[in-house]
Amino acid sequence: MSWARRNIVVIAGLLTLAYLILPNIVVMVFSFNKPAGRFNYAWREFSTDAWRDPCGVADLCGSLALSLQIALWATVGATVLGAMIAFALVRYRFRARGTINSLIFLPMAMPEVVMAASLLTLFLNLGAELGFWTILIAHTMFCLSFVVVAVKARVMSMDPRLEEAARDLYAGPVQTFLRVTLPIAAPGIAAGAMLAFALSFDDFIITNFNSGNTVTFPMFVWGSAQRGTPVQINVIGTAMFAVAVLIVAGGQIISGRRKKRALTR
Amino acid sequence: MTDKQAGGDVRLSGISKTYGSFTAVHPLDLTVPEGSFFALLGASGCGKTTTLRMIAGLEDPTTGTVRLGDKDVTALPPHKRPVNTVFQSYALFPHLSIYENVAFGLRRRGVKSVKKQVDDMLELVQLGDFAQRKPHQLSGGQQQRVAVARALINHPQVLLLDEPLGALDLKLRRQMQLELKRIQTEVGITFVHVTHDQEEAMTMADTVAVMNGGRVEQLGAPAELYENPRTTFVANFLGTSNLIEAEVVQSSGGEVVVTAGGGKLRLPAGRCPDATTAGGRLLVGVRPEKISLTPVADADAVPAGRNSVTGRILDSSFIGVSTQYVVESPAGKGLEVYAQNVEHRAGLEPGAEVVLHWNPEHTFGLDAAQAIDAGVETVGERP
Repeated sequence: MSWARRNIVVIAGLLTLAYLILPNIVVMVFSFNKPAGRFNYAWREFSTDAWRDPCGVADLCGSLALSLQIALWATVGATVLGAMIAFALVRYRFRARGTINSLIFLPMAMPEVVMAASLLTLFLNLGAELGFWTILIAHTMFCLSFVVVAVKARVMSMDPRLEEAARDLYAGPVQTFLRVTLPIAAPGIAAGAMLAFALSFDDFIITNFNSGNTVTFPMFVWGSAQRGTPVQINVIGTAMFAVAVLIVAGGQIISGRRKKRALTR
Repeated sequence: MTDKQAGGDVRLSGISKTYGSFTAVHPLDLTVPEGSFFALLGASGCGKTTTLRMIAGLEDPTTGTVRLGDKDVTALPPHKRPVNTVFQSYALFPHLSIYENVAFGLRRRGVKSVKKQVDDMLELVQLGDFAQRKPHQLSGGQQQRVAVARALINHPQVLLLDEPLGALDLKLRRQMQLELKRIQTEVGITFVHVTHDQEEAMTMADTVAVMNGGRVEQLGAPAELYENPRTTFVANFLGTSNLIEAEVVQSSGGEVVVTAGGGKLRLPAGRCPDATTAGGRLLVGVRPEKISLTPVADADAVPAGRNSVTGRILDSSFIGVSTQYVVESPAGKGLEVYAQNVEHRAGLEPGAEVVLHWNPEHTFGLDAAQAIDAGVETVGERP
């Protein structure tokens, strides 16, 4: 009894972690399944068939490549614009600053399906051809607010005297930005970029409305789920999960090693 | 010292700064002689930091010019001025090691091999072993020394220090004051030091400019300012002064006689404002440590020719080296007296009737048109 009481935090933590990770484990396990029919819902036997032929399903890898491409460009666009907006909102006093400050949250608060429908209306009225570009514009737009929020938090905690110190130490405006401002804001910018990538990559609703004949990875999964789910979907999911875990773990190891080195020197 | 430019004085002419309708610095002229340790002293909001930032180029003056030697640098951005700053919060770059922080200025000026200079500089501030650490792994005192090293390595014509010791505890602050003074003597660079701590200013600087409300009230060597304040602000802000409202009775032969609280006091005419004439009013000042206390019973022992005032001790506090008394008298409510604790002195308890007496030479006179309590520190004013 007292043992349970002492370790209650650890137990609660592990239970929460299990709750979070369990779905991922299921995805992982079923990527090694060999289903009887077209649906990968019941375990039958272990097999690495899907792993050996991840592109074995028609259009799957094409849609994946498209999704990665859109996510990448939406991330670049939203991060560059969002970081600039965040700096402007924190550092400068200008007209309508307050309004922009609150309006920037609007895309986060708006129900996604409403925004999707409205965007479609807008694109149709403009006579735009639905496809890669309309998806990219929509993704950049809704990722923007998340980047602004992430970068703003970082910039607000930055001491403006650091930039003054840089200028005082013979760094011109460009050098000051590259050597001091950017490196210090980098964690916020990186967080915003990662968030943008994840949001864009798995967006379904807005994409579905504004894609025309183009098919992204989430749309492919949705479409195939109507007719049967290929194991390859689990393979792609597992691979994405592994890449994300590797990136996070890699970051931890690098920063941990840096700290250790700094302390031992 | 290889790239040290021909030095020169820092000359501010008619320099001022206004923000909208608020005037932070009124037009002021100031010359900081080359190689001197110069302090700008004042309470917060007096314009001292703004003045410093205008020398650094971090603020554009509304009017006036900044000259270094014979070069007008008013229009130059900060990175083109041969001036470096030690910031109040140190402003060390958190993402760079101590080594890279110190090397920053050299690298920006395109110096190729910085290792020798950085190592030497870190040795000078005794931080050679910490080169690879990050700023947050250092204590406040160590960070402060990094900030000094990072500025000094560039051999600036002028080093600006913006309350550099404000964040340190008292003991460390005293130590760093001496350390900075030593470094300044060693490198011979002009230091302009901004502080609100009058003791710090007097300990370190050759010349102190006391600022108040965006103006320089008085400028001079610390001892000169302390002994001959020209305004009540300086008299009260630098140490403590007893100021007594008095009426001038007579002014002749280099001596001024005044009445205050029914008694007569004398002071040298040379220490009074120029327009002191009989019938006028005057604020008579004397420093607490110049006054001696004698119990009324022993009043006969007071030597003749001394200024004397009778009163009653309201309060005494034992400080260790000295005892501080507050005395109520017809001449003034809360006259302060500091007496060295050389030997035990009987009859000086609160409530005792005493005679306060001092050498007339130690008395100064100030224009009575000023607020008598200007510059008096009120509780909670200091950060």
